Amino acid sequence: TSPVQHETFPLRGTVTLIPGDGIGPEISSAVMKIFEAAKAPIRWEERNVTAIKGPGGRWMIPPDAKESMDRSKIGLKGPLKTPIAAGHPSMNLLLRKTFDLYANVRPCVSIEGYKTPYTDVNLVTIRENTEGEYSGIEHVIVDGVVQSIKLITEDASRRIAEYAFEYARNNQRTSVTAVHKANIMRMSDGLFLRKCREVAENYKDIKFTEMYLDTVCLNMVQDPTQFDVLVMPNLYGDILSDLCAGLIGGLGVTPSGNIGANGVAIFESVHGTAPDIAGLDMANPTALLLSAVMMLRHMGLHDYGNKIQTACFDTIRDKKVLTKDLGGNSKCSEFTAEICRRIQDMA
Amino acid sequence: MTFLTQNPTVTSLWEFLKNKDQIPQRVFTPPPARYGGRHTVTLIPGDGIGPELAHHVRELFRFCCVPVDFEVVNVDSSMASEDDINNAIMAIRRNGVALKGNIETNHNLPPSYKSRNSLLRTTLDLYANVMHCQSLPGVRTRHKNIDIMIIRENTEGEYSSLEHENVPGVVECLKIITKTKSLRIADYAFRAARATGRRRVTAVHKANIMKLADGLFLECCKEVASGYPEISFDSMIVDNTTMQLVSRPQQFDVMVMPNLYGNVVSNVCAGLVGGPGLVPGANYGEDYAVFETGTRNTGKSIANHNTANPTAMLLASCLLLDHVKLHAYASMIRRAILSTITETRLHTADLGGQGSTSEVVQSIMNAVQSTGPQTLSI
Repeated sequence: TSPVQHETFPLRGTVTLIPGDGIGPEISSAVMKIFEAAKAPIRWEERNVTAIKGPGGRWMIPPDAKESMDRSKIGLKGPLKTPIAAGHPSMNLLLRKTFDLYANVRPCVSIEGYKTPYTDVNLVTIRENTEGEYSGIEHVIVDGVVQSIKLITEDASRRIAEYAFEYARNNQRTSVTAVHKANIMRMSDGLFLRKCREVAENYKDIKFTEMYLDTVCLNMVQDPTQFDVLVMPNLYGDILSDLCAGLIGGLGVTPSGNIGANGVAIFESVHGTAPDIAGLDMANPTALLLSAVMMLRHMGLHDYGNKIQTACFDTIRDKKVLTKDLGGNSKCSEFTAEICRRIQDMA
Repeated sequence: MTFLTQNPTVTSLWEFLKNKDQIPQRVFTPPPARYGGRHTVTLIPGDGIGPELAHHVRELFRFCCVPVDFEVVNVDSSMASEDDINNAIMAIRRNGVALKGNIETNHNLPPSYKSRNSLLRTTLDLYANVMHCQSLPGVRTRHKNIDIMIIRENTEGEYSSLEHENVPGVVECLKIITKTKSLRIADYAFRAARATGRRRVTAVHKANIMKLADGLFLECCKEVASGYPEISFDSMIVDNTTMQLVSRPQQFDVMVMPNLYGNVVSNVCAGLVGGPGLVPGANYGEDYAVFETGTRNTGKSIANHNTANPTAMLLASCLLLDHVKLHAYASMIRRAILSTITETRLHTADLGGQGSTSEVVQSIMNAVQSTGPQTLSI
C-alpha cells in the first residue's frame, strides 16, 4: 500500500509502519483506514524488518528501516514471528538493541464492554527493558550447576526512574510505585530503589512509594484500583505487565510502547502473529489500534487519539459488531468499518 | 562425604560418583521430640502480627488439650548479630518441627545483614515450600473453584544472596540453579501429586530467555516426569502463567517452580482465593519442617489492633499437627476453623467483615466445644 498523503492540512509527523507477520498486515491496514477516517495528520512509511548480516558478521535490521526510523523517530509495529533455530536473535531483541529501547510502557485500562472479573483497572506499568535478569549472561560453573547473572546499573536505573516520573507528570498521574525485592536482593534491587528515591526528590508533586513484588502481586489480584504508575526492573516488569494485561482481557486488547534514547519511540501490539487466522479477515485490530492511540498522544495529537479511542470503545461496548475473540462473529473489516463510521459521525 | 558413610549400599568411591546426580536416599531418620506422649515444638513469634497470632495458637491448643508444648524462641530483627536466629535454628534441630511468624527484614541495611527467614530456610535445607490454595465457600472472590497446590524450590535460585559490585555503579546478582536441587524439588512435586491423587503437574519457568538456568530446571522436571507416567506434565512460561491465573485459574492443578517465580505465583494464588489471611504455608526439608502463613507477611500496619485474620496461622498449626501425626486434633481444629468461615461467616476486616481476631478465635473454640471431645471449660 502506498503511503497516505493528505494535502488539505499540514503533516504533523511521519511514522515508520512495520506491518509484521501473520495477521500483522491486515491489522496494520485496518489501523491505516481508521486513521484516514479520522483525518489524522500522519504519513505512513512502510518498512519490513528482517534480520540481515551486516559487515563484520553482526546481525542487524535492514538499513532502509533504520534510516526511516532515525528520521521519523516514531514507529508502529505489528507482531513479528521469532523463528526457532534461525541462527539470529529475535527481531524484537534486535530492534531493542538498535534503538536502545530502554522503557516498555503498558497502560492497562479496563475496557467497558469487554467484561473481565476486574473492573476499574487504570494503571501503567513501566518496565526497564535493557538489563536486569534478561542480560543473557549465563554460565555452567560445573556440570549440573548453572549461574545466571542479573545486572543492575546506576545509569539504567536512573534513566528508567526519570522516564517514569516524567510520564506520570505528563499524563496527570498522581503516584509512582517502585516494585522491588530488596529484602532478598539487597545490593541490586537496593541500587534500583536508591536511584528511584533520588529521582523522586526532583518530582515532589508526584507521590512515591515502594512495595515488595510479592505484596504488589497479592494486592493486584484483590484490588487493582490502588495502583497508578509502577516502575520496576526487567523480570518483575515482564511478569507484572502480563499480569495486568490479563486483568483487562489479555494481549489482544493491550497497547504497548517502547521508548528509546534519542527520542525514538516504537509502539506495538504484543500479541502473537496468529498464523492460524492470518489472511482470513478474522483478526482483532484493537491492540494495534490502542497502541497507535498511545502513539498519537505521545506525538501531542491528543484530540485525534481521544476520538479514535472513543470510537473503538463505543464499538466494543455496543457489542453489535465484534470480532470472534471479543465474543462476536464479525469480520475484521466489518469491525474496522464500524469504527470508521463512528469517527465520521463524530466530526 | 556423610552420604558415603551413612549409605550402606555404596561400596566404592566410583559407585558414589556414578550415582552423585541422583537423589540421595534417606537411611537414618532422627526420632521425633516426643516424651511422655507430648510433642515439643519450637515457636518463633516473629514481628508484626506474629506474637498475637502465636498467642492465639497456644490459647487454642491449650483449650483443645493438644499434647504439644511450645518452646518459644524470640528473634530480635533489629540486632545485627546472628545469635538469635542461630539459637532458633538450634532449637528447631532439637525439636524437628517449628511454627513461625515472619521476621522483618529492613532492606535499607547493608547486604551483610541477611534476611533471617532466608537464613533459617537455607541452613535447615527446607527445600520445598508447599502452599495449597483452595476456594472456600463463604469467602467472596472473583474466581471460584480454585484448587492449586504450589510447590516452590525454597533454597536456591534468585535467593542465593550472592551479589557483588565489580565496577562502581554496576551490580551483579547471581541466580544459581543446580541439577541436584531441581531434581529434588521435581521429585517432591510428583510424589506429592501422586500421594494426593492429583493428575497434572505444571512447571513454571522462563527458559526462552534464561536458556541455561531455567532450561536446566525444566530438563530436570521432564526427567522426573518420565518416572510418573500416570501424571501428565506440561510447562508454562511465567508471564503467561500469571495471565492465565487471573483469567482462568481453574485450569491449574499442581505447579512446581524455582524460588522467585514461586514467590510471585503463590502470592497471586493467595490473592485469588481471598488474601494473605487465609492460606497456610509449609516448608519441608529432609529432617525438619517449619510451618507459617503462606504469604509470609509481617502485617506491621495492623499489629496489635486485634484485626488480623488468624485463619492462616491456625491452619498452619493444623498442618503441624498432621506432620507430628496428631491427625484427630488437626481435623477437629480444621473443621472448627472452616465452619467459622463458611457457616458462621464471622469474618475479619480483610475478608470484608467486622469481627476481631479474638472474636474469631472464640468462635472457633465454640465450634470445637460443640463437636469435639473433652475440652477445658471456657
